[in-house]
Amino acid sequence: MRLLFLLLWRNNFTLFFILLQSICLYLLVRNNRFQQASVLNATNKVVTTTMEGVNYVKEYIHLRDNNNLLAEENAKLRALLNEAQYDNDSSAVTIKDSASIQQYTYLDAKVINNSISHRNNFITLNKGRLQGVLPEMGVITEKGVVGIVNHVSDHYCTVMSLLHKETNISAMIKRNKFFGSLKWEGNDPNYAYLNEIDKTVPIQKGDTIVTTSFSTVFPANIMIGRVEQTLTEPGSPFFKIKVKLSMNFGNLSHVYIVKNLMKQEQEQLEVINKPKEDEQ
Amino acid sequence: MILLILRHILRFIVLITVQVIILNNIQLGTFINPFLYVLFLLSLPVQLPKGLLLLVAFLTGLTIDMFQNTPGMHASACVLLAFVRPTWLRIIAPRDGYETDVEPSIRKFGFPWYLAYAALLIFIHHLLLFFVEVFRFSEFFDTLLRILMSSALTLLLVVISHYLTMKPKSNM
Repeated sequence: MRLLFLLLWRNNFTLFFILLQSICLYLLVRNNRFQQASVLNATNKVVTTTMEGVNYVKEYIHLRDNNNLLAEENAKLRALLNEAQYDNDSSAVTIKDSASIQQYTYLDAKVINNSISHRNNFITLNKGRLQGVLPEMGVITEKGVVGIVNHVSDHYCTVMSLLHKETNISAMIKRNKFFGSLKWEGNDPNYAYLNEIDKTVPIQKGDTIVTTSFSTVFPANIMIGRVEQTLTEPGSPFFKIKVKLSMNFGNLSHVYIVKNLMKQEQEQLEVINKPKEDEQ
Repeated sequence: MILLILRHILRFIVLITVQVIILNNIQLGTFINPFLYVLFLLSLPVQLPKGLLLLVAFLTGLTIDMFQNTPGMHASACVLLAFVRPTWLRIIAPRDGYETDVEPSIRKFGFPWYLAYAALLIFIHHLLLFFVEVFRFSEFFDTLLRILMSSALTLLLVVISHYLTMKPKSNM
């Protein structure tokens, strides 16, 4: 009898363990789905307040670097303008596409949390639903692609960094427009790999890799990086290209969130031909 | 008793704060992430009911998960740690068993015992954590290397924290 009780008690413990692990698994799986709103994600109040506090200190540490970066960017932007006046007040800066209707608007945001040392890295930004941020918007800087928005709260959003195993960016070689998909494979935050480029395509070291216009997330021709090395795998008809990323994810501080005004239109049209999920 | 609970709550707050504010922001290359907060789970009383231990571990993991934006990941690793802990404590029990309310510590059980105790639990925790994060076996050896290096660093920090907080008191 005592033995039976003992057995039951032991099993109780195991059952409780299995129950808790099931909850964990459920949370994990649910979070991996792209735009699930969840109370437990990093956009809640306690977490963001703490992150902002931490960031406040970190900003001081990186102040000099960031000032230089911003000054550089300001200079670049000024050079692009015909007149010297630049209205800095508007929160969403807009540009004209080559077709004369507007397709993209840009919203500047501050990075309040960032990591590069995990296999899956996330970035938290200080703009949210009230500023018009929605899941699946692209995030860029003047240097290149940063990632894709995944969770949004009223004042904050989290971004799936390019340094995340699920991030998959449609990219092409700028010189000859051959395209493939870009993925980060862990280990070194300075390098990602471009796959699905045919072995017949001529590629040189130093070729520029940019975004394509296929995805609805990023505008075309946003810098991603440069070809570092071309790898061939036996039996595969494709190159695997090692790309040196132009972004340094380690000292990210100001980014732009890209809003594509024609996203819905493009997606609705494409869904007719391809019922499968589109790659970003 | 109340004092004991308060001490654990205080330890929880301090360790979570240190983890979130300092350790999560230190980047030691892409291989190494120390998770000092497991010290809280390691230091829970030996006689704590097993069910309660699981629940506490689950909540601890969930708290860290909120800050890391990884719901379920740390919780899962912590729950596994809590599941293994009672068995491991039984296996490595000193000859005359454990006293009531005693916490596993270097001071009480000596350095070699504690090292064995902490090393296995930290390793199991990190093993699940990093594999769940990567979620595929194609990067097996890279991940294993990350696990070993991170575990070593966590263990080092755990031991250092012990020596930092050791009180020069004769009875404890």
